[in-house]
Amino acid sequence: MKNIRINIKNFFIRVFNIPFAFLMHAIDIIMWPIQKIIGVRNMPYIFLLPNLIFFGLFVIVPLGVNVAFSVTGGDELLFANREFSGSKHYNYLFDCENYLNANSCTEDFFWRGVHNTIFFVIFQVGLMIFFSLLTAVILNKKIIGRGFFRSVFFFPVLLSPVVVGLIWQWILLKNGILNAFIEANGGDKFSFLTDPGWAMTSSIFVSIWAHMGFYTLIVLAGLQAIPPNLYEAAEMDGTSRERTFFRITLPLLMPNLLVVFILASIKGVQTFDEIYVLTGGGPGTSTSLVVQYIFTTGFASSGSVQNFGLAAAASMVLGIVLLLLTLIQLYLSRSRENKHQEI
Amino acid sequence: MGNTGSLIKNIVTQKKYKEKYHWTDYFSYFYLFLGVFLMFGPIIWLGLSSVKTLAGIQEYPPTILPLSQIQVEVDGYEKPLSLYNVTLEDGSTAELAEIKRVGITSKMVDPKDTEKKYKIPIDKREKIREFSVQWDNYLDPLRKYNFLLYFKNSIFVTVIATIITLIINSMAAYALSIYEFRGKNIALVFVIGTLLIPLTIILVPVFYVIANFGMINSLWGVILPGAATPTGVFLLRQYMLTLPRELIEAARMDHASEWAIYWRIVLPLSIPAIAVLAIFSIMWRWNDFLWPLIVLSKSEVYTLQIALNAFHGELTSQWNYVLAMTMVTLLPIALIFTYLQKFITTGIASTGMK
Repeated sequence: MKNIRINIKNFFIRVFNIPFAFLMHAIDIIMWPIQKIIGVRNMPYIFLLPNLIFFGLFVIVPLGVNVAFSVTGGDELLFANREFSGSKHYNYLFDCENYLNANSCTEDFFWRGVHNTIFFVIFQVGLMIFFSLLTAVILNKKIIGRGFFRSVFFFPVLLSPVVVGLIWQWILLKNGILNAFIEANGGDKFSFLTDPGWAMTSSIFVSIWAHMGFYTLIVLAGLQAIPPNLYEAAEMDGTSRERTFFRITLPLLMPNLLVVFILASIKGVQTFDEIYVLTGGGPGTSTSLVVQYIFTTGFASSGSVQNFGLAAAASMVLGIVLLLLTLIQLYLSRSRENKHQEI
Repeated sequence: MGNTGSLIKNIVTQKKYKEKYHWTDYFSYFYLFLGVFLMFGPIIWLGLSSVKTLAGIQEYPPTILPLSQIQVEVDGYEKPLSLYNVTLEDGSTAELAEIKRVGITSKMVDPKDTEKKYKIPIDKREKIREFSVQWDNYLDPLRKYNFLLYFKNSIFVTVIATIITLIINSMAAYALSIYEFRGKNIALVFVIGTLLIPLTIILVPVFYVIANFGMINSLWGVILPGAATPTGVFLLRQYMLTLPRELIEAARMDHASEWAIYWRIVLPLSIPAIAVLAIFSIMWRWNDFLWPLIVLSKSEVYTLQIALNAFHGELTSQWNYVLAMTMVTLLPIALIFTYLQKFITTGIASTGMK
């Protein structure tokens, strides 16, 4: 670790020092008179300014503009050419006889996306918690080659969604290696990507494969924070391993599992890219999620016009769901803190 | 008494309680090796497939190693023919080339004597293979399909975006950690607030802002929206809070400007945190997909990820090229990972972000 750190430091210093110093001196020519005029006390505002401009332009302003888009109609991007349409887009999205049956909705594609996303998130998050807990517990044991195994499980986190999607499409194809393996062992070929039920299962599996390492790391950090003397005490009492796990490890790990639950749900609701590359949302609409609806409606409708207003309205709905999830997270972490204070 | 009994038994068998293997130990190793297979297997399979010939890739069931069938040029035939080991009716074997397959029989010719033609049932023949690595899968897309340009675009986006992110985020972190000023808490809340607004819920309006700047189909339209990251500001601020204030006071005594304190003292001392943010930023930018997909619709500005996706859509049958380019796309990140693995994992563990 120390060696790596020194190497990086040297690398940074050697490669970047000269242009970096030149740039910084050049900026100082502007900054020095500014400091003279406004004084040292006001300098932090200057330092904050670039970042805040970026946040303002690409996060805060868009938040307002999004509302404006969702209540105006037309297929133009510029507001001069868009006319006010009130809650038309929202009414259109929510025009449903029965919210549980996507076919009864005017915008059935959106509701299919909602249903698929709910299904996807429930199974993905549930299995994610289970497998990241299992993996972390095993990786925390005194095993041979622990460092190697840790990096193996973490590796897929770094892969891009396109790479993940393509690798698994290549494996799960009808004439792919997995089907060849199954046939060689006397089974029948599966349509992993072209059967609606299987496509969803494959999507959930691939998404867990790609992100499990990240959540395992969070659980692992929690496991390492459990004081070892608790385990020593349990061992002296002759407590069985199963009991130790359920009575010591699991309760003390709850805060980390909660973080995993919330982060995975927030990320899960926004899933788009891997599934888009893996199945393209198909067959039919069986694996198209909400973000894919927003993307397709706003930017990729083939044939028909791009409906920015409808896409904006759908993203408002998604935004509210994410806000609710965040509030639950805040509430849960607050109530935990309060409990700790009572103790 | 029972305890004494087991104690004696343990002494006799020379085993302490601790050293006894529990079923969970066996399960752990089973799980770990299954994990290695599941996590690395797909990447290895990708690597092996990416150097197969197109014919080798379309073969079913596939061979694990890139063993391709030998092709021979035979006089009188335009295309090279595939070579087989054939058991003839009289029991002898011969090397024949296939002209055409008809149902379960195959018309074959002896490549040495083109007058001799045979009709052979397909179960009486076996492919002759040789180990061959098809580097053309890598070279062709770079030569014919502009992948070098996409590679350059990706590097441009990654490098420029990372530099901008590092500079403006470290400036903001410097202001929020070293100074006390009015509105500091508001600024902090503002930064936390942006953490709650992912790009997926403001796609349309950010597209609108980018369009107003005339940056559709420009790499700057990809770079700018994500340049200010709340994660980065917090990571750097947390680190800068631990720096000794005396250094800064001493520099002020020496009449250093605030900007000089920032870049001569605070930045060099924060290099460990900056390195973590740099690695994150490189990873985010290199792997970025949804936003470039929206902004970039002309092929000359594609990044590697977008090009790969588009290329795959156009050439679903040309898996050999697609797989080779997938390999090219993942390689830089894999290299970074092998060298800086610990940095990345500690960074994620300390911020809970990726």
